[in-house]
Amino acid sequence: MSAPPLLSVEQVAVQIGGLVAIADLSFTVAEGEVVSLIGPNGAGKTTAFNVITGYMRPRDGRVRFRGQDLVGQAPERIAAAGLVRSFQRTSIFGRCTVFENARMALHLRGRTGLLGALLRLPAARREEARLQEEAWAMLDFVGLAARADTPAESLAYGEQRRLGIALAAAAAPQLLLLDEPAAGLNPSETAECMALIRRLRDRGTTILLVEHDMAMVMRISDRIVVLNQGRVIAAGPPAEIREDPDVIRAYLGGAPGWESAHAAA
Amino acid sequence: MDQALQHLVNGTVLGGTYALLGIGLTLIFGVMRVVNFTHGELYAFGAYMVYALVSLLGINFYLSLLLAALLGAALGAAIELLLLRPLRRADIDSVMLVMIGAALVLQNAEMWGWGGVAKLVPSPFAGTPLVVGPISVMPLRIFVLLVACALLLGFWLLLDRTRAGTAMRATFQDAEAAALMGVRVGWVNTATFAIGSGLAAAAGALLGPVFMVSPTMGDLVGLKAFAIVILGGLGNLPGAAIGGFALGYIEEFGGGYVSTEYRDAFGFLLIILVLAIRPQGLVAPRERVG
Amino acid sequence: MSAVPGWCFVAAMAALPLVLPDLYLLSVLTSAGIFIIGAISLNLLLGYTGQLSLGHAAFFGLGAYASALASLGFDIGIGFGLRLTLPPQPVWIGFLAAIAVAGGFGWLLGRLAFRVRGAYFVIITICFAQVLRMVALNWVELTQGPMALIGLSPFSLWLPGQGVVELYAKNQTYWLVLGVAVLCFLVVRQIVHSRVGRALVALRENETLARSVGIRVTHYLVIATVVSAGIAGAAGSLFAHNVRIVDPDVFLFIYTVTMVIMVITGGKGTLWGPVVGGLIFGLLPDLLRGAAPPEAQWIAYGVAMILLVMFLPRGIVPAIAALMPARRPGRGATASPVSQEAP
Repeated sequence: MSAPPLLSVEQVAVQIGGLVAIADLSFTVAEGEVVSLIGPNGAGKTTAFNVITGYMRPRDGRVRFRGQDLVGQAPERIAAAGLVRSFQRTSIFGRCTVFENARMALHLRGRTGLLGALLRLPAARREEARLQEEAWAMLDFVGLAARADTPAESLAYGEQRRLGIALAAAAAPQLLLLDEPAAGLNPSETAECMALIRRLRDRGTTILLVEHDMAMVMRISDRIVVLNQGRVIAAGPPAEIREDPDVIRAYLGGAPGWESAHAAA
Repeated sequence: MDQALQHLVNGTVLGGTYALLGIGLTLIFGVMRVVNFTHGELYAFGAYMVYALVSLLGINFYLSLLLAALLGAALGAAIELLLLRPLRRADIDSVMLVMIGAALVLQNAEMWGWGGVAKLVPSPFAGTPLVVGPISVMPLRIFVLLVACALLLGFWLLLDRTRAGTAMRATFQDAEAAALMGVRVGWVNTATFAIGSGLAAAAGALLGPVFMVSPTMGDLVGLKAFAIVILGGLGNLPGAAIGGFALGYIEEFGGGYVSTEYRDAFGFLLIILVLAIRPQGLVAPRERVG
Repeated sequence: MSAVPGWCFVAAMAALPLVLPDLYLLSVLTSAGIFIIGAISLNLLLGYTGQLSLGHAAFFGLGAYASALASLGFDIGIGFGLRLTLPPQPVWIGFLAAIAVAGGFGWLLGRLAFRVRGAYFVIITICFAQVLRMVALNWVELTQGPMALIGLSPFSLWLPGQGVVELYAKNQTYWLVLGVAVLCFLVVRQIVHSRVGRALVALRENETLARSVGIRVTHYLVIATVVSAGIAGAAGSLFAHNVRIVDPDVFLFIYTVTMVIMVITGGKGTLWGPVVGGLIFGLLPDLLRGAAPPEAQWIAYGVAMILLVMFLPRGIVPAIAALMPARRPGRGATASPVSQEAP
């Protein structure tokens, strides 16, 4: 791993209402990797996501993406830089159809502004046609093309989760952050979800994952970063992490176990 | 200097009634998350009730003030039961639109019922000012300030010392948790809206005899009440009291030293400035992500 | 969504003065048309961005004053012994000035107000209109205060072969308003059915998610506010030169409320909603005139608003659309209407 990392989180500290959510967090993600961020509830995983994507400001530390510091930038700017996330809960535009969801998520793939929209210039028309194609391609990719005209909120739960991932992946970001993509899914849906993540990786997308389903994490990750009480307690390939005494203690000694951590926020 | 003292006294008198208005509005927002557009109309209602009771029915002035406030509270309770209770689960924008509709109905009903001509409410106080050194104040205004302060104190005691007040404060902090702990949130809402409305009607009843009573008097006052609660922070009770007095002083000194014409505009300009410069200072960051 | 019924409606409205040359009806329709333009502009904010902006009369009034002052000319002191003078301009310059001034203030308000949301946003927009009303009342040198700006000239148009023609006749003004209304409708339609419109709807539906896919919140909300304000300014200009007098009451909250009622009655977030709602509430007062005092009209508006929000919150157009058979735009179909997924 001699190439400079795609993402490097450096000594980030976060306080929420006087409480320390993250004490000192540092890790890197290299281009092409699938990295998982795991840890018991309250370890600061979602907080870390919020900091990386600009929804929360750290008290201290740096977040570098391709060497450029992201701290203090708005989420939309960070997305434009090529780093997009999915959400645990608020993940789709519920009242719009699946197809419209896809087109909204392709925002960064277009350039048309007010003037182009008003005058319907040839360039704007061509762009609309291209975006339409891309939207269909994306729905094909996640297997939702048949549901294109359905309002997103009437999709089955598993389909909604897949659409959520599709929205984040739509504009082909270099780094995709997925926040518990398999939460609440049954085994066959989880398998589908895993296959989807693999296909995204094969497409060249680097992936950072927060996930509670340990079986999935162990099978899909190139590397795992383990958080406990706002600190990194271990990092390495799955085989190493499985044997790490600190990790075992954190999970088996702490309140939420490997299994019960599933339903958590 | 003497002039400044005079402005200080006038601002205090004005601020007392503004504080009453602001507290009612902010209480309603804090407990119910309702932006109450009828607040100014309840103020006008209070003023008209005093006029009706004193001038038309010949009832004692002090008793009329009390009755006007109680009638205002009753009207508030009716509005809550009729309009707000069915909308408990609606979004804040829908509730705002309904309250605007209600304000429209109330104001025009007043216009229809009482006619456009402003009314004068007779009071038992002397028409000659009380002069202390360089300052002169109408006795009626001193009475208004005293009653306003007494009402503020009474309201604080109600909130702090009674069971109803405890339930209200619990709902203020977290409606769901309060409901789980056995607080009957529906009735807390009705009581809150009634009390807030009663305070607005009391403010109108007190100021009615000071100024003239007219159907559009609630318009500007309703907007000023918003200014007061924004200054103090929406849902912040002590903030509303401070905001009320602050607006009183701002108008009085601004009107005295900057421009008489723009006296009524200072509050609104201030809100725009405050929100433009330091919105985070007034809005608690409540953003939840993920 | 076929455009054919829409153009048929426009053609019928355009033919109306020829078929039914009733001057009273035309003047009623003209003023209804002006408010429909206002409602169309408000709908862009209220319906498509989902921001409950209650200061819309500000842009309407700014347009009216800008247009009136440009066409009357003015000569005022601006402090330090300097004077600002503008000789009277042709009305069409006033019309453009109205759009520019209202749009400029829209930019300003957007920059300031979109730092906050919810109740704070609503109150800041109301205060904005209120401050402007007080300026109009008290800056007597410029606005004549409560005495109003009077004696405005009617609209004029440059027509090929005839030069500049003043539109004195009722039917000419009617056609002008109709033309502007169609233009404004098309502007909003073009925006809504574009990448910009999808960004607005995305922000309305889920701001957090919209930002995560790279939609710049303030940028798009300000764009919507500027366009909306500009169109409202155009309506204000038409209003000023139609009634030929402008007083500070154009900033009254009641004008905003009228436009809000039109939008939610017809259906916010639908293209035809403000037109339908505007026709109903633009014509109703005149049909009721004589039958009831104006207070009763406003009481009826208030009751209508309450009942609509409670029982028909999405408005008339979506309710009718729900009765129609659903269309399925197949794969490869162009431009699926984002507009119909309104709340």
